Amino acid sequence: MTLLGTDDRDPLSIAEAWLAEGRAVALATVVETWGSAPRPVGSHLVVDGEGRFEGSVSGGCVEGAVVGEAAEVLAEGKPRLLEFGVADETAWRVGLSCGGRIRIYVERVG
Amino acid sequence: MDRSTLERLNAVRRDRKAAILVTDLASGAERLVAEESAMSDPLALELSARFRSGRSGLLAEPGQGEVFLTVHLPPPRLVMIGAVHISQALAPMARIAGFDITIIDPRTAFATEERFPDARPLAEWPQDALETAPLDGFTALAALTHDPKIDDMPLAAALAAGCFYVGALGSRKTHAKRVDRLRGMGVSEEDVARIRAPIGLAIGAQSPAEIAVSILAETISALRQRGTAA
Repeated sequence: MTLLGTDDRDPLSIAEAWLAEGRAVALATVVETWGSAPRPVGSHLVVDGEGRFEGSVSGGCVEGAVVGEAAEVLAEGKPRLLEFGVADETAWRVGLSCGGRIRIYVERVG
Repeated sequence: MDRSTLERLNAVRRDRKAAILVTDLASGAERLVAEESAMSDPLALELSARFRSGRSGLLAEPGQGEVFLTVHLPPPRLVMIGAVHISQALAPMARIAGFDITIIDPRTAFATEERFPDARPLAEWPQDALETAPLDGFTALAALTHDPKIDDMPLAAALAAGCFYVGALGSRKTHAKRVDRLRGMGVSEEDVARIRAPIGLAIGAQSPAEIAVSILAETISALRQRGTAA
């Protein structure tokens, strides 16, 4: 859901700007969460061909792995569904009970 | 996602229109459904519910794979006509509830930074202020001055723009006179009937802050039922 005020670091606007610069662009979207998940369904992360990224799908927990998968999605061109458990340490740090899981869809844009 | 889909989606969002991106997670096939064309989509019922709730989520289609619906609603806006006591309470409450707020009052003694430290009220006539920030379907308007010179024009403009909520402060007698004036301005009976007056849910509100709660509750109710009353 995009309901709250306009965000300068809006991933979809950044994705369009990056495409205009000729960069390869992948988009990751949180499609399902179980238990305590740090970022809500619909949250986006945008990644370019060199692994630079903006946005968030887990508040920092699985971004590194998603960026790695995005590189493969960009190479193959086929979308992927990823599933992660959220590490207890991270869950504790953001004030969650622990043990949340998230599913993330990664696709090429363009 | 196709580049053209992304560009169309961003254009819709810039225009403060609602849209849902429907993505088949197995194939990557996608389609962008604008709110006005949702009823002709195969997922019409599901989509119309989500245009109201604003919630993105998965949908398991029988016999098919999973479909993800990314719901994009513009941020709701609340325009208050009148930098009055009720607005002083309503502004912070509405902001907490997730609304972008605009306060307009041409009376410079009312629309001061001192009275509204966080709201930057516009000390302009509504017809001038609304030229730079036009009303739309994701905007609510509350007319709070009681003064026809200030309230009438934005009320008519809000009805014409399809604001999801249009409320006006004042007694039944005051409102009856207002209805006559709006008819005189050429506002249709149907539109006049959309004005919530007396403004706010009937919770027995007494103080300005309580009235603000009743207005905000009625606004949220209207936001979540958009399109179902019509």
